[in-house]
Amino acid sequence: MMAELTNPGVAQDVDIAGATAGSAPPRRTRGDIAKRGLSSPWASLAAVILAVVWTIPTAGLLITSFRPAIDINKTGWWTVFTNPDFTLDNYKQVLDTSQTTSLTPYLINSIVITIPAVLLPILLACLAAYAFAWTKFKGRNVLFVAVFALQVVPIQVTLLPLLTLYVKLNLNGTFWAIWLSHTMFGLPLAIFLLHNFMREIPNELIEAARVDGAGHVTIFFRMMLPMLKPALAAFGIYQFLWVWNDLLVALTFAGPGTATAPMTKFLFDLTGSRGTAWYLLSAGAFISMVIPVIVFLSLQRYFVRGLLAGSVKG
Amino acid sequence: MELAPKLLDMLWAILIFGAVIAVMLGLASFYENRGGRRVGWWFIGPSLALLAIGLVYPALKTVWNSFRDAGGGKFIGLENYTQIFTNSDELVVLRNTVLWTLVTPFVATGIGMIYAILVDRAKGEAVAKALIFLPMAISLVGASIIWKFMYDYKDPAGGTAKHPTHQIGFLNQVLVWLHLDPVNFLLNSPQNTFWLIVVMIWIQAGFAMTILSASIKAIPADIVEAARLDGVGAFQMFRFVTFPSIRPAVVVVLTTIAIACLKVFDIVRTMTGGNFDTNVIANEFYSQTFSAANQGLGAALAVVLFVLVVPIIVYNVRQLRASEGR
Repeated sequence: MMAELTNPGVAQDVDIAGATAGSAPPRRTRGDIAKRGLSSPWASLAAVILAVVWTIPTAGLLITSFRPAIDINKTGWWTVFTNPDFTLDNYKQVLDTSQTTSLTPYLINSIVITIPAVLLPILLACLAAYAFAWTKFKGRNVLFVAVFALQVVPIQVTLLPLLTLYVKLNLNGTFWAIWLSHTMFGLPLAIFLLHNFMREIPNELIEAARVDGAGHVTIFFRMMLPMLKPALAAFGIYQFLWVWNDLLVALTFAGPGTATAPMTKFLFDLTGSRGTAWYLLSAGAFISMVIPVIVFLSLQRYFVRGLLAGSVKG
Repeated sequence: MELAPKLLDMLWAILIFGAVIAVMLGLASFYENRGGRRVGWWFIGPSLALLAIGLVYPALKTVWNSFRDAGGGKFIGLENYTQIFTNSDELVVLRNTVLWTLVTPFVATGIGMIYAILVDRAKGEAVAKALIFLPMAISLVGASIIWKFMYDYKDPAGGTAKHPTHQIGFLNQVLVWLHLDPVNFLLNSPQNTFWLIVVMIWIQAGFAMTILSASIKAIPADIVEAARLDGVGAFQMFRFVTFPSIRPAVVVVLTTIAIACLKVFDIVRTMTGGNFDTNVIANEFYSQTFSAANQGLGAALAVVLFVLVVPIIVYNVRQLRASEGR
């Protein structure tokens, strides 16, 4: 029983069905009790069926990406279970820079786009959030509500005027257009998230530092930044996945060909122009998925926090 | 290769931004030491400037453009809006957007909730949840490719007796196994909109499951135990204990998915391009603005999208506050 108290997740094998409620410690976890009701074989079966149904689409394309191009359009991927034949050719082809269908330049673009598009809003939002949370100036509250409200603006509303502006400034088709757009669209959420987090830091801590003569700049770097790590991670992952997976901003602002377009645009174009070239589409799609899936799996717990806060964005 | 200049560009961008911020902070620090009181402005200045240029100005400009003609010149009053609500093509767009927004949230939330309850505290819970949640991590373009392959259709009449056509789309193969005729899923209207909605459900169920699972785990143990002692069954437990406890979270999840559906673009653009009567507002906005060069109508569509999203978001934020304030 003690094991269950300290670590309920591990104690699943312990048979508690025979334990009477009266003899149990009062702080027994809910899971131990609920388990009896729902661990019927039918419930497990339903869960397994759902999980399988949810996995089949991805698994099908993943298997396809390892099949010879000539087989893919002739027989279904499920035939590999009776007639296995695998190859890495699709991945080699899609990464081969001498081919016109090469994904590599777009992969580089995706990386070049994403890193600044995540760092810039974080840098700016840290400063703004700090000012909103811990400095006093006229109109502070009105401005903060305004910034918060900006989260609801769908990015569609901004695209054409922004494009016109970029053309005027000669930025159109450059990475700057994409970086700036993602930074602008990400800022309201970033400021909001970081502000909420900063407000939770006890007032006394800041006051004490102020009394000791520390300026806002010192307080910001010495005290705030180290404490902000979870909030930075939450926003960072959210923004990373948003930018990496974005199609709309890329379609609108990316230059022609391989100049600045990310992988999503490449895959989108490929679906339109060579919609039956499954050997390219499958391998390309999985290359584009590898990085976000790794990031997501390793940093899940931060992600959920950002997900809810960011639910109204864009 | 072009790799080096691009990476250099990237480093420059980061350095320039870093320098701008360093200068701002330096000025703030200097100003503060001289006894300045409004040091906060130095901190928010850059963000406010970007937001004004990147969001406020374009949004106002779009509202302005929505009252003007295709080229953005002549003032035509509400004509663009009239067109959205009377033109037969635009009405299909509105109908589809309504379908997306009504169907997806309930189905995705329902599936997510059932799954969260089923795997709660079960063996291998973490793996089971990751399987459902993974679609959230990949791009909508990637998801569209995955599902386009599921829906792939080969005309059975195209083969010969010696070399019959094999289906390579899994769903059509299932139909063949059941001795039914294969279906061209993405071509036949109006069902095709539902087949597109399936993709969104596939993605959002993971979101619903994650949020609701966290909410279920937060239900106080003594409530559940008391109900258990009273001898309630699994369904009564759900109806009288679990569901009332997680209701605020359910509402937040429903509205969040509804917002995502109102703005759905990538899936429709990638899978059908909005053809075959599957068009939705966000895609029609893109086509009108950037392909058909009808700025006025495009702007009006964007404004309609904005107006539809706002009430849901206001409601969502209120519910979020309520569920956190518990």
